[in-house]
This record gives sequence, C-alpha cells and structure tokens, in this order.
Amino acid sequence: MERRLSGLAASTGLAFGPAVMFRAVGEMRREKGPVASERQALADAISASLEAVAALAESLNGEAADIVGFQVALLDDDALTEAAYAAIEGGAAADTAWRQAMVDEIAGYEASDDPYFRARAADIADIRDRVLRQLFDLPELTSAPPGAIILAQDLPPSAFLGIDWSRGGGIVLGAGSPTSHVAMLARGRSVPMVVGIGSEWEAISGTVVVDGVAGLVLTGASHESIERARRQANDLGRLREQAEARKSQPAVTRDGTPIAVMINVADLDDVAGLPPEACDGIGLTRTEFLVEQTLRDEMAQFEAYAGLLRWAAGRPVTIRTLDAGGDKPIAGYTLDGETNPFLGLRGIRLSLRHPDIFRVQLRALARAAAIGPLKIMLPMVTTAQELEQARALLDAVLVDLAAEDMPHAVPALGIMVEVPAAAMAIASFDAAFFSIGSNDLTQYATAAARDGLAVAAYSDVLHPGVLAMISHVARHGAETGREVSLCGDAGGDPHAIEALLRAGIRVVSVSPGLLAIAKDAIRDVDLSVPDEAA
Amino acid sequence: MQEVTASALLTNKVGLHARPSVKLTQLAKRFVSRVEVATSAAGPWTDAKSPVKIMRVKASQGEVLHFKACGEDASAAITALVDIVARKFDEE
Repeated sequence: MERRLSGLAASTGLAFGPAVMFRAVGEMRREKGPVASERQALADAISASLEAVAALAESLNGEAADIVGFQVALLDDDALTEAAYAAIEGGAAADTAWRQAMVDEIAGYEASDDPYFRARAADIADIRDRVLRQLFDLPELTSAPPGAIILAQDLPPSAFLGIDWSRGGGIVLGAGSPTSHVAMLARGRSVPMVVGIGSEWEAISGTVVVDGVAGLVLTGASHESIERARRQANDLGRLREQAEARKSQPAVTRDGTPIAVMINVADLDDVAGLPPEACDGIGLTRTEFLVEQTLRDEMAQFEAYAGLLRWAAGRPVTIRTLDAGGDKPIAGYTLDGETNPFLGLRGIRLSLRHPDIFRVQLRALARAAAIGPLKIMLPMVTTAQELEQARALLDAVLVDLAAEDMPHAVPALGIMVEVPAAAMAIASFDAAFFSIGSNDLTQYATAAARDGLAVAAYSDVLHPGVLAMISHVARHGAETGREVSLCGDAGGDPHAIEALLRAGIRVVSVSPGLLAIAKDAIRDVDLSVPDEAA
Repeated sequence: MQEVTASALLTNKVGLHARPSVKLTQLAKRFVSRVEVATSAAGPWTDAKSPVKIMRVKASQGEVLHFKACGEDASAAITALVDIVARKFDEE
C-alpha cells in the first residue's frame, strides 16, 4: 500500500529507486569465541576495512581524498590496534575490545582545546564503525546498486563519499538536519535528500520515491506514482538545463519589472567558471574565513577584496565586515560559553569591541574601494548608534589613508537588516543601503532556531509577520531612494521569490549555484496580476 | 650509533593536524633510522613513524617540535623532517 512520510527537504530534486538500509552498529554484540579466534576476527575486520578505505581514497580527490587518506594512515598503524589486541588477550570479545580502545582514542581527541583536533574524533568514530561493520558482516554502502535510495538514522560523511552517485539515487534519514555536513555534501552533488522522518525509515522496503522539493518520502509506491515521479524528475532536469542556458540573460518579470540578481560568495573559488555578466554584482561577501586567518594582515585582506572587484569588472561588490559569533566562533575573538550565542555578542557588536581588528578590515576595504565600486555592509546592526560608531571608525581610517598618501576611495556604508527591532525602526538608520539577511531575520522574528529540526517548520520566511517586516524595509528604501536587497537563502528559493517581489524586493543575492534557477523563477512572476495567495 | 637531534618551530596554522601528521610520518618512514618527536627537549618521545601516536601529541601552532634520530641515515632524516616543518608541510 502506498504511504507518504513527511520530513524536511535537505537537498532538492526527485529520486526513486530500491531501498537500501544502512544500519548503525549501535548496540550489536558478538558471541565471544576463544582468544585465537577473537584475535583473528579483529585482524580480518581491520585488514578488510583498510582495503576498503584505501580503495576509496584512490577513487577520490581533493579534500575528500585527504579525509579518507587520514583514515587509511590510522588504520595502517599498529598503534591504533594494540590496546584492542591486549584486551582480547585478557579475555575480551573482539567487538568489545575494539569499541573500548576507540572510546579511549576518541576521548583523547575530545579532550583537546584545539577545535581542529576535536573535530577529528569524527574520523575515529568513522573508523570504529567501519571495523565493527566488518565484524558483524554488515554490508558496506559501496556495494549499493546504482540509483539506490539510502535509508538510515544518520549517515556519516565517509559513507556518503563512498557511494557512486553518478547514476542517481537519494537519501532518507530518520534523524539528521538540513544544515548537517552530509546535507551540504548532498546539495553539492545534487542528490535529493529528506531528513527527519523519524523511526519509520526502518520499516521501508521496495521502491522508494524521495521528493527533496516537498520533503516527502513515498513508499510502496504504485506504478502510477513512480511514473509521475519519473516525469517530475525529468521535468526538473529539463528546467534546470533551460535555466542554465539563459543564466547570463537579465531577470525580468512577465510584467517587465527588472530584478537585479547578485551572488553570495566567500572568495574567488566560489565564482570559478561563472562569467561575471551572469550576475549584477556581488551582494554578499562573507569574510569570516578570510578574517579568521588574517586578523591583522591588512595586505592579505586587501588582496582578497581586490581580487573580487577585478572579477566583477565594474559591477558592485558588497563586502560584509566580520560576522563572527553565533554559529561562527573564532578562537580568542568571540566569547566562550554564551548560553545562546545567536542572541549574544556577534557581528558588529563584536567588531566595535575589537576596534584594533575592525580597523584592519576597514583599511583594507577602503583601499580596495579604489579599484571598483565597493560597498561595506555591517552585520547584526541593532541601533543607529552602532552604525554611527562604525562610520566614525571608517572616517578615521580614511583620514589616515589620505595622510599616508595610500590610494583609497570612500566606500558606501550600509547595514544588514536581520534584527527585527532594526527592521521595524528602519527609518532611524542613515545607511547608504539596506540588505535583508532573511535567514537570521526569520529565525529571530519567528523565535525558531535555524538548525533546530523540531522547529524548522516555524522558521518560515513566508510567515506574514516576516513578510511584513521585509515589505516595511522595502517601502522605506523606495521612499528614500536607498537600495534594498535580500541576501538570505529565500532569495534563491523558487517558492519564496514571488512573495518577496510582491513585498517590494527588487534586488536579491543568491548562492552562485542557485543563480540560474532564481532568475528563471523571477521570469515566471507576473506582478501586474493580483496576488493569488493574498 | 650516532644520535642526531634538531628542533623546528611549528608555524602552520593547524599544527600537527591530520594531513601534516600523515605527511610527517610518511616522510619519517622513508628512513631506516629510529625517528622520534617531542614537544619538549626532555621528552616524552613519540615514534615519528606512527600517525596514531603523533595525533595523540596534539602539537599546535607555536609549539617547538624536537626531533631525535638514531641509525645510519639519522642526519638525513633529521634534515628532511626539520625541512618539512619549516615548509609548513607544503600546505600554506
């Protein structure tokens, strides 16, 4: 019988195929044999795991190859296994001995102050589970048939990387979150994925349809449903191709309203292969990663901004000053131990408390402004006073640069609108432009955390209250001649675009991968007909 | 058998993290000498050919790595190891 299970869409697209279960080794236990056989069982499991990981490393490149290469090096090292073998000699079963040895190894990593080392605990857990799967004779996902739908409670990134996605397939998770590492990998490879369907995944078998657009999973699907899914998948693929083909053409609604579509980037790697004429400039440059590495290195920051301006070839480049804090901690800069970092010291709040570091970024920005139309955007602004304090710092930097005879120009100074109080009091900000950060504005306005699975449905940009704030800001911008753009995920979401345009948004900034789709969704909107949803 | 020692400042950003550890041990394994590493001249010393043991050391940026080699190619091993640390493991 056909059943529909609803979850959260984590990666868009449609897929259907045979269900393949990926069971966690969890609480499974092995029947203990004599010492010699336990020793042999562990040795066999480790050598089989090593062989599998080495083969996987061969097939990958870049960062994925490094992650797996590290696991190869560890599995190939007797130091990893000696404690487990010692426990087996002492009478433990192979699985118990191995688990305990890995618990100790993981504890060592987790005890580190250094986030780089702590993060590697995930690799040890991955190795642990891989060896346990061998011990329990559980199948590896690498043997899943092409186009399979992988069902699991959660999926480690290495399992994702070990699957051949070139011939389709999809993912359904009982737990998981759209912001998880594996969800990002799935979006990067265009693998449809639905998460958070609960324990129901364990009962699924046969052919499964994964609807990563609506966040639905269809089991026991009828012939008609599968045919429909096949047609939808084909249609989606064709739409994507069509959109790509006219990516470089301007986005104009059916009634002739031109909409500027800009892109969100962090560095030049993000625009690799993208012709600058395909977009109307850069609407958001995230500088967290850059500044974390170059806190006081003005030259390195200048070079990075200059590179983007040269790429944009005369189009505007908006650069957001350091937006650390929230889910983006920087050791020694952000505050440790905040109970709710999203409501804590982040963005401009932190920058104004670290004027020495803020000054370096402002100098680099003012210098880069000599190369092209650079705009500075301040994140998390709550009060007009913060904007004026930042302006005073920028003015001081401009005076210094002039005194040094250093080439520079005066950049436009605008703010990001993501705090609801700032959105409602928008007229109190004397900013050159406003950019609505819809992700944070939505989570703050709906009191629903962005990464909270249980409350994800509340965090909806289409909530009338959120749209009212957006429209309030847009109206103020139109009345005072200040540009208002929107640079959150919603700007690239075909389901949200019409509502945003109706709210008065005429400039969106989206991730480069969504540029083509966003432009096509805009071309479908007709603002001259009344809103059906209203 | 002659023992050779040297030290080098760990300047790469992530310290003796996953990739640098793998590179260091792969290099150390090219030599027949016993090669050890420590974050203090007084030890404790760790087998520089074991990525698992090196990761347990958790050496971070700004720490000094001390190397000790014993064997027929000890000098060559020490020169190569100090060099790869100075080159930031060819990562930056």
